[in-house]
Amino acid sequence: MDYLNALAAIANYILVPGMAYGAQLALGALGVTLVYGILRFSNFAHGDTMAFGTMFVILITWAMQRVGINAGPLPTALLALPFGIALTGLVLLGTDRVVYRFYRKARVKPVVFVMVSLGVMFIMNGLTRFIIGPGDQRFGDGERFIISARTFKELTGLREGIAIKTSQGITVITAVIVVALLFWFLNKTRTGKSMRAFSDNEDLALLSGINPERVVLYTWLIVAGLATIAGTLYGLDKSFKPFTYFQLLLPIFASAIVGGLGSPLGAIAGGFVIAFSEVTVTYAFKKVGNYVLPESLAPDSLVQLMSTDYKFAVSFSILIIVLLFKPTGLFKGQSV
Amino acid sequence: MTRRDSLLFIFVGFLILGTGFAQSWNAALLILNMGLISAIMALGVNIQWGYAGLFNVGVMGFVALGGLATVIVSMPPTAEAWAVGGARVLFALVLGVATIGLAIFTHRKMAAGSRRNIAMLLLIVGGFFLFRWVFDPAVTGIEKVNPAATGYLGGLGLPIILAWPVGGLLAAGAAWIIGKTALGLRSDYLAIATLGIAEIIIFILKNEDWLSRGVKNVVGLPRPVPFEIDLQNDPGFVERAASLGLDPTTASTLYVKLGYSLLFTIVLLILLWLSQKAWNSPWGRMMRAIRDNEVAAEAMGKDVTARHLQVFVLGSAVCGIAGAMMTTLDGQLTPGTYQPLRYTFLVWVMVIVGGSGNNFGAVLGGFVIWFLWVQVEPMGLFLMQVITAGMADGSALKSHLLDSAAHMRLLTMGLVLLLVLRFSPRGLIPER
Repeated sequence: MDYLNALAAIANYILVPGMAYGAQLALGALGVTLVYGILRFSNFAHGDTMAFGTMFVILITWAMQRVGINAGPLPTALLALPFGIALTGLVLLGTDRVVYRFYRKARVKPVVFVMVSLGVMFIMNGLTRFIIGPGDQRFGDGERFIISARTFKELTGLREGIAIKTSQGITVITAVIVVALLFWFLNKTRTGKSMRAFSDNEDLALLSGINPERVVLYTWLIVAGLATIAGTLYGLDKSFKPFTYFQLLLPIFASAIVGGLGSPLGAIAGGFVIAFSEVTVTYAFKKVGNYVLPESLAPDSLVQLMSTDYKFAVSFSILIIVLLFKPTGLFKGQSV
Repeated sequence: MTRRDSLLFIFVGFLILGTGFAQSWNAALLILNMGLISAIMALGVNIQWGYAGLFNVGVMGFVALGGLATVIVSMPPTAEAWAVGGARVLFALVLGVATIGLAIFTHRKMAAGSRRNIAMLLLIVGGFFLFRWVFDPAVTGIEKVNPAATGYLGGLGLPIILAWPVGGLLAAGAAWIIGKTALGLRSDYLAIATLGIAEIIIFILKNEDWLSRGVKNVVGLPRPVPFEIDLQNDPGFVERAASLGLDPTTASTLYVKLGYSLLFTIVLLILLWLSQKAWNSPWGRMMRAIRDNEVAAEAMGKDVTARHLQVFVLGSAVCGIAGAMMTTLDGQLTPGTYQPLRYTFLVWVMVIVGGSGNNFGAVLGGFVIWFLWVQVEPMGLFLMQVITAGMADGSALKSHLLDSAAHMRLLTMGLVLLLVLRFSPRGLIPER
């Protein structure tokens, strides 16, 4: 029984939050990795693109709530999501037109692109704060839990409960759907194939008559979708604050690099690696120890490897280790 | 410097003088002092970007390490805390370093394979727990020593000026570690790694109370210049102030700020001179050759990665010096106030606008952008007031717009960066 309790505690504090966080990171890292693969630069504006898209979703959600539209037990934000994606897509296409295209035509070094994306990040960050403010915003509604800790305890008679928030369930399900759609698109459709060809070898792709501007257009649209979905899911799960989204940039980049920049499959794997390491290293194992170990060995400290404040240090350490030993990432990314 | 460059510098001088006449001399000197520090930071970034094309997005971290140096060097030691756990903390740190050293040694000496991996894993995990076992009780002890006033180890009690080079050394050490891992890979990786290290340095400063009191801040750092209140109590000073037609309060604040300006100008001039020397030396030409064509430079027998590491460490050290100077000027270390926007990206805007690859350009950029940074907020507010003038008082939109004026800075800086990169990528004073 004690072992079951320990397992329940692990599931509740590590497995469930890790899954949800991992899915959010994976979606974010997919966006970074696509931009890297096709436009060939590390997009520092990605975190703020997520914030920007989420802001649209929040504003539309509020409007819907005011008119009285809701999705029953599901959060209204899901209904607002398509509109948010469309708006973000327009913004990204506009940015590409006004900013990135010039440098693409001029064939500048990748590092200049990175710097330009930094400028875009500034502006997006400023606009987000300007429109919705720098503070915390909550926009989740509907049922809060799929299964609450108390229900779980009553059902199973265990002392430890497993709570699954609606947002966590939605996150995982949405992520699965989005990833399936994305892979279907990349592998089966003509546009998707041309995108992969362009990413593998630009010159050959151009030679075989692929229109680069079209590829870029689709890339930005997909990135808008991924960023907005990732941002909204993160916002529903935790809360929306522009600065947090900027900080997400580090774990997202770490995920993309751990998996191998430019590799979509790697981005997903990387997202979960980072998320689970973060959650495991910062979790206090005292409770689990109390259940599993005999009384005499029960830990008196928290048995926490690192305090939660250092969760970014975890993704950073993993990033450094990967850079040192396997710079192309787990799934052979593009270049070193 | 050409005539145009000198005119630009004179123009900035007029901007600051104008502030003095229009607002107050204290405000003008404040802008001047921070402008001097910004110029040094920009110089550091220019050494990395202009000389070698290295993209450092972690300026904030190196600046913060400089700030930490002021605490370590200048604050009086907390005797009780040292007695409780000082030696133990140092021993723990030595253990930590030894673990990493042993791991590196194992990695070098053992043949690749699963045996090496297991050995390294055991070493690192074991070392980590040993470190925590020694470290944790000492930290708890230290943080219990009068937490309201100290609760940390304190410093060495040396003059604070010494902290400036020490800050440079700390930043150089951190830069060496980062450079060792991320240089030699694709250029983006350095950017991401520096972004990460900067965040982590700030997290360490915020959380390791035994070291720097964390978010409780270290206040009352010693100063290299006299305190205003002492000047005001000095009859000789009051007399001299009166003879200049100033009241003692204004005179003392101006005197102190001028003292800082003088010190900072000396540092800036020394660093600028050294940078110019380096730029015009064979070493500088080699760096530019590497920057412009790595493959060709490598073919000529230059060790590109090693040179990159060198220049990265040097530039970061300059940022560290500037960071220590800034904390000295503030008189307190407040880890909560370090924002990437303010300490990393603003410095980048300075370099790009001023002219990357030109030391005078970077210095000019430091002054110009700092001036704008200080003055844009009131301008933004004014703009918003003009826009909202026609709206009804108390309307939600009006108050929202007025509240948001503070975020104008982000927008303006981003816009300036993009516009300069697009239309004048060589900056105000281009590379020659």
